[in-house]
Amino acid sequence: MVSVSPVDAAPAVPAAARRRPRGRPLLLLALPAVVVLAVFFVVPAARLAWLSVSEPALGFGNYTAMASDGVVVTVVLRTLGMAAVVTVLCVLCAYPYAYLMTMVGPRWRAVLTALVLLPFWTSLMARTFAWVVLLQDTGLVNGLLAAVGLGPTRLLGTTAGVSVAMAQVMLPFMVLPVYTAMRGIDRHLVDAAMGLGATPLAAFLRVYLPLSLRGVAAGATLVMVLSLGFYVTPSLVGSPQQSMLAQLISVQVNQLVNFGAAGALAVTLLVVTLVLVAGVQRLTRTGGAPVGLVGGAGS
Amino acid sequence: MPDTATGARIEVEGLTKLFPGAAAPAVDGIDLEIRPGEFMTLLGPSGSGKTTTLNMIAGFESISAGRIALDGGDIAQLPAYKRNLGMVFQNYALFPHMTAAENVAFPLKQRKVAKTEIARRVSEALELVHLGGHGERLPSQLSGGQQQRVALARAVVFEPRALLLDEPLGALDKKLRESLQLEISRLHRELGITFVFVTHDQDEALALSDRIAVFRDGRIEQAGTPADLYETPSSRFVATFLGDSNVFTGRVRDGLLDTGWCSLRAPGGPEGAVALVVRPEHLRLAVPGGPRAEGNVLSATVTDVVYQGAFRRVLVRFDGGGSGQVREAAGVSRSVSVGERVEVCWSEDAGVLVPDGAEPPANQPVGAR
Ligand SMILES: Nc1ncnc2c1ncn2[C@@H]1O[C@H](COP(=O)(O)OP(=O)(O)O)[C@@H](O)[C@H]1O
Ligand SMILES: [Mg+2]
Repeated sequence: MVSVSPVDAAPAVPAAARRRPRGRPLLLLALPAVVVLAVFFVVPAARLAWLSVSEPALGFGNYTAMASDGVVVTVVLRTLGMAAVVTVLCVLCAYPYAYLMTMVGPRWRAVLTALVLLPFWTSLMARTFAWVVLLQDTGLVNGLLAAVGLGPTRLLGTTAGVSVAMAQVMLPFMVLPVYTAMRGIDRHLVDAAMGLGATPLAAFLRVYLPLSLRGVAAGATLVMVLSLGFYVTPSLVGSPQQSMLAQLISVQVNQLVNFGAAGALAVTLLVVTLVLVAGVQRLTRTGGAPVGLVGGAGS
Repeated sequence: MPDTATGARIEVEGLTKLFPGAAAPAVDGIDLEIRPGEFMTLLGPSGSGKTTTLNMIAGFESISAGRIALDGGDIAQLPAYKRNLGMVFQNYALFPHMTAAENVAFPLKQRKVAKTEIARRVSEALELVHLGGHGERLPSQLSGGQQQRVALARAVVFEPRALLLDEPLGALDKKLRESLQLEISRLHRELGITFVFVTHDQDEALALSDRIAVFRDGRIEQAGTPADLYETPSSRFVATFLGDSNVFTGRVRDGLLDTGWCSLRAPGGPEGAVALVVRPEHLRLAVPGGPRAEGNVLSATVTDVVYQGAFRRVLVRFDGGGSGQVREAAGVSRSVSVGERVEVCWSEDAGVLVPDGAEPPANQPVGAR
């Protein structure tokens, strides 16, 4: 997993201001995490990669087969598209929500934070089955759609249904980084912008939005990466005809027992993920000043 | 910067701000007229309502009651972005994701000024605050003083007719503060626009202002030129807030102030419960038994001598009770030493009689009570 927190993403601060003594004892503290990652992530991933070029025969046969298989290409593209849709849905919901969190008093903020974290305290299975119930042809959502003259629409087993359910599951990963970035924005900056002649909209677009974008980028990376490999929700809410990459891998392993092909798919997923993360990192790094440092000294 | 620009007239009448849930108004019916091109300072202790007043003028805070007029036109309903006033904040409020030049260009871009024109005026404004060549730096790469200069350039680049400054030097160290004071003074002269300057620093206020309004608990205690306020304060609060003073409280009868432990000749002023305020530089030290001067004489013992370069501050304890301080030019007279017996004298018209109001702020040096 790549860690992208709004704080970590801030570069270019006067070095003396943030440099902390970094001795060997601190490195030792990271040792357990490094060991766990190595044993449970790096080793299996390396083994999968090896399988993909050695099963059933040594060489890149699995990859050439995959690239020429129309189904696989379709699934990869669908997975990417779904991750993008889920990310956009999350941004649209999380941005106003996080903004609201920065505006209300401490009591309401606690309530709003609890509402965001609630999904973390319930099992993924429970939430996904709840969506299955909600999205049925006779479910609550279709009932509401019918009430405004739009239903019933088929939702269960469609990409629309899957993306809505996935967006809900992913929402906390977007809200929290965006909120953190917004909380670091000096309220005076928007006042200053308006005092200098910016309309409220211009003040938002030129000052508030760019400063909060770092949090959006962090959240988008998390949601995107998690969505690419998501298995539970797409397989329960979606349909086999609309399957995503993780489901395809599962079929290769569980039903076809083809470890070579599964390995090739897994490596593809990993590479796509890393490329996306690197792209987002590059985009935000050119974004200017760190969010946390607003105006230097002062109150 | 064209030097034809003239300052705006800002009139405030019965201006009041009551924050929701607050027991007392933060600003309580203020009347103030700021003349075109004037350097007006709002001076007062922390929490006295200076920032709230400035924010209402700037349009960042709604007003609860009263009127604000700019050149005669009511602006109470005008949003901040249409008021065309420059504003400098204590914490600079520079946009951290823009370079110094981009910060300065911001108000011009909002006004849809042409690109080449923007480039010219931005570099002019940066030159004006001696920051030419620093335009490409981010705020985080500039020192506190440089950041405040960028904020100044940004606030004047669009040629507003008034500049509002909220404790702009508050976060800087003493040396830097003094050099920026001169800078601000020069800017005021060169631009010729109205400055409304908020500070809690009396020295800063005395040094910079054409006029000062002294704030206390949301009200204006007194407004006038620095000399007015220093020489003829209208209340004990103003007298002790601006500069050091010796304060003798008591009752006046027949031109004599009875403090309970001594009787002093008082200048004309209010009757009844009063405070006599005498500035330390108006007190003189004399040797006991020497030739007597006209006016008031009190016997005292020296408790401390503080050398301050150009002058000495001599702290004394009066025989009857209470303490006071005398300011003596260093090098002119012989220095007294701690424990020495002295006589403290002053001419009776050197003091000012004011009604005995509430206690002065705790952090100010106070004379005898
Ligand atoms: N947003 C606010 N909500 C409630 N009370 C406030 C707010 N801003 C300022 N106050 C109160 O108003 C009074 C005046 O504050 P302020 O204008 O900031 O004083 P100053 O700038 O002179 O230090 C203070 O008692 C302060 O607590
Ligand atoms: Mg203030």
